[in-house]
Amino acid sequence: MPPRTSHWIVRRLSHLDGILLLLVLAVLGISLAVVASASGQSPARITGHLINIGLALSVMVVMANVPPHILSKVGPPLYAAGVVLLIGVALFGEIRNGSRRWLNLGFMAFQPSELLKLALPLMLAWYFQRNEAILRAKHYSIGGLLLLVPFLLTLRQPDLGTALMLGASGFYLLFFAGLPWKAIFGGATLGAASLPVVWGMMHDYQHRRVLTLLDPTADPLGDGYHIIQSTIAIGSGGLFGKGWMQGTQNQLDFIPERTTDFIYAVFGEEFGYAGAIILVGLYLAIVARGLIIAARAPTLFGRLMAATLSLNLFTYVFVNMGMVSGILPVVGVPLPLMSYGGTALITLLLGVGILMSVASHRQLNKT
Amino acid sequence: MRLSTPLKNLDRELARFHGRLKIGAIMVGLLATALLARAFYLQIVQHDHYIQRAENNRISLVPTAPNRGLILDRKDRILAENYSAYTLEITRAEMASLEKTLVELGKLIEITPGQLRRFRRLLSESHEFETVPLKSKLSDEEVAVLAANRYRLPGVEVKARLFRNYQAGPGMAHVVGFIGRINDRDLKRLRENGREQNYRGSAHIGKTGLEQSYEALLHGRTGFDQMETDSSGRAVRMLSRIPPVPGKDLRLFLDLELQAVAEHAFGDYLGGLVALDPNTGGVLALVSKPGFDPNLFIDGIDPETWKELNESPDRPMVNRVLRGIYPPGSTIKPLMALAGLELGLRKPSDSIVDPGYYSLPNSRHQFRDWKAGGHGVVDLRRAITQSCDTYFYRLAVDMGIDRMHDYLAKFGLGEKSGIDLDGESSGLLPSREWKQRRWNKVWYPGETVIAGIGQGYHLTTPLQLVTATAMLANGGKRIEPRLVQAVRDPLSHAWQPRPPVTHAQVPINPAHLDVVRAGMMDVMRPGGTAAAAAAGAAYTIAGKTGTAQVVGIKQGAKYDAKRLARKLQDHALFIAYAPAENPTIAIAVMVENGGHGGGTAAPIARAVFDFYLTGKRPGSMNLEANDAAAD
Repeated sequence: MPPRTSHWIVRRLSHLDGILLLLVLAVLGISLAVVASASGQSPARITGHLINIGLALSVMVVMANVPPHILSKVGPPLYAAGVVLLIGVALFGEIRNGSRRWLNLGFMAFQPSELLKLALPLMLAWYFQRNEAILRAKHYSIGGLLLLVPFLLTLRQPDLGTALMLGASGFYLLFFAGLPWKAIFGGATLGAASLPVVWGMMHDYQHRRVLTLLDPTADPLGDGYHIIQSTIAIGSGGLFGKGWMQGTQNQLDFIPERTTDFIYAVFGEEFGYAGAIILVGLYLAIVARGLIIAARAPTLFGRLMAATLSLNLFTYVFVNMGMVSGILPVVGVPLPLMSYGGTALITLLLGVGILMSVASHRQLNKT
Repeated sequence: MRLSTPLKNLDRELARFHGRLKIGAIMVGLLATALLARAFYLQIVQHDHYIQRAENNRISLVPTAPNRGLILDRKDRILAENYSAYTLEITRAEMASLEKTLVELGKLIEITPGQLRRFRRLLSESHEFETVPLKSKLSDEEVAVLAANRYRLPGVEVKARLFRNYQAGPGMAHVVGFIGRINDRDLKRLRENGREQNYRGSAHIGKTGLEQSYEALLHGRTGFDQMETDSSGRAVRMLSRIPPVPGKDLRLFLDLELQAVAEHAFGDYLGGLVALDPNTGGVLALVSKPGFDPNLFIDGIDPETWKELNESPDRPMVNRVLRGIYPPGSTIKPLMALAGLELGLRKPSDSIVDPGYYSLPNSRHQFRDWKAGGHGVVDLRRAITQSCDTYFYRLAVDMGIDRMHDYLAKFGLGEKSGIDLDGESSGLLPSREWKQRRWNKVWYPGETVIAGIGQGYHLTTPLQLVTATAMLANGGKRIEPRLVQAVRDPLSHAWQPRPPVTHAQVPINPAHLDVVRAGMMDVMRPGGTAAAAAAGAAYTIAGKTGTAQVVGIKQGAKYDAKRLARKLQDHALFIAYAPAENPTIAIAVMVENGGHGGGTAAPIARAVFDFYLTGKRPGSMNLEANDAAAD
């Protein structure tokens, strides 16, 4: 390798945050082991997962090298494109499983709501950065509007899960941007009051999901089956688990979707409560590192992005684990860095890449 | 100032941001704690509960049905055996459209209308998720065709099943009985007896005959395979195994050949016959004609055939030996004579002059003897030989109905014989007390008169008659008739004899018994009522003929003219034992509409005696056997 090239590589890699990288690699390592066990050591699944991991890590490295001030400029066009596509979905979208979420691009089906998960925080962060010096109530209202548009469009697809995740990430950004407490509590009160109305607007299958959570045994072979089997798997794991590849719920096919959304059930069964502590600990460490990066970030854009992305990641962790262990309704949310699946992993490490970019472009930006 | 304010603002903004970061961190910490608390609850607090549920998920007990015990005749010839065959079975719950599937199956293999009817009947009796056989005993080609098309026929299965084969045919149907599919009633009974668990792998249970009465021995113990199964219920591997214990084999006293001889001797007649070894109570032959094909019932009979069998005027499903109740007629006379002697009412030498009728004192009603003009001077022995009614009319009146009842009861009349088959009838031994209880009426003296010749209220089964006859043969020892002489343990292969069940010996003065026996021997000699049947026998027979009057025919029954004429004829009865000096066989024969006992029933007994005592077969039977061999 010519010295110049190697120098270039070292420079690119120098943007990576060592601690964050180590933590992410640890979770990915666990994920690889669990996917191997859950897929019955399927070579196709394992190679697929390795390829996804490789791709996602590359994306992370690339993102870590994009300076935040350049990244912030991507926000508005990305947001605009996402909203336009969402409207397109509402008008021409393909209906699958009773909801209109997909846009057929000819070569692939695409969910614009996924795009917005990143575009919305980028847009808001860009907006608040732009108006950093003169922030007033008006700006929070406009920020709220920017959040509400994709939220409502996604809600009426209908896709409650994604809408809530979108809403959460937008809210985190507004929160870190200094949304007044009065507005927060007022909104919360308003939200609580409108719950019955929301319930009335919800679709039957959404009702069922909530009801199933309240009493999974009411329909043990239907909607309740997933929750019952995953709690059995986790509970039967005990303190230290049944051992890697030894989970009977896993190996005998009782856990549904066990390489993707329900991978925590497999993990809980085979590695027990001790494993759960370690996994949750790793997630907490990642979030903590993200929040530290946010605290040290020199620009408002960097702070807001880093803090929002960190909380976002944890929200996914909480919603997924909560669902699999039976304290939240079943929503199709993968477990960050654990679940098999390329799109989610790439999106996630893209976010981690942004975190690293914020972390490594501190000094650069100051000058 | 103007410059510093926004700067100070920015500091405040930063401080606020850091405050909010802390709030975020606290929220994250709380939620993470909730997750771990939930994990703690599931994995530590509720661990035992969930590990049990995971085990229940994982492990299933697969029952293995035991092989049913064989039923063998006294020479170990097979009467009931098992074989394995492929069956086409349907689970309705697993298919979209039953009718479409049936049409599809009809294109693949032949399904007869009878099979379809039977299937629909079984279906109507079972739950949607139960498996119901459509066609059993599939040929190899049928199995291959079905296997090749299985993928597009959900809910259709080909399974290897154990079947029962009754190769002895209709003649043994009333003895061996049959097994049939376990229905709700059987299940309820099994549950009540706490035997349900043992039938988890079994589809069949004994319904009639020995199959029913020896069910507990024949069935055996169900084994269980502990299997690890996946979520779709597929067995992944075997964890442990309790092997099934086969049922016990039964060896009968009955001789299949003797049975065939007896059945053949009936010719075209219907009726019942039972022959015992008077010393052991062992049933040597038990015929109830007509029989039926027990193999029809194993997998559920089709409704048409069932209707035919059930509504046939010949009533093939009724075991006449067990459940046929007839007035014993003159076959009661030897017991009546013995009662007269034992009760001190008659001495052997006492004789009467028979004018051909009997009248009660102060009554002009004449009870007629069967022989117009009477038998002249008749003593006790002659009264038996000639079946003199007048003699027994008078004896009955002297004895009175109550003493008659009590003495005859010692010989088992009016009571179940105790044979090892279920559903036996107890007949009717009348008494004053019985009439009062049953009809709330007083007993009339005239009823005692006809009771003396076995008419009136008397009703007996052939089994009761043969039990009493065996007692005359063995000198008052009452032994319960039984079919099974030994039971074989499937593991040790050792035959375990079944002990006889005997009642208290009835004390009989040997001199009295000899007189009665002599009378019964005279019956078979020239001048006796069954002399013709004993002609040329190489051994002596003691017997008694009888006639059971046919009172009436059910209204609305369909008979053709010739049939009707025959149906109005009396039933012929005959009881006997042989050799008279040292009896080894006792018999009771009932021939429906056979007329007089000496004419039709006695020759049948003779054929049985001949084969049993000398090995001689009826001549016509050998010809048939040769014909059968040539087929």
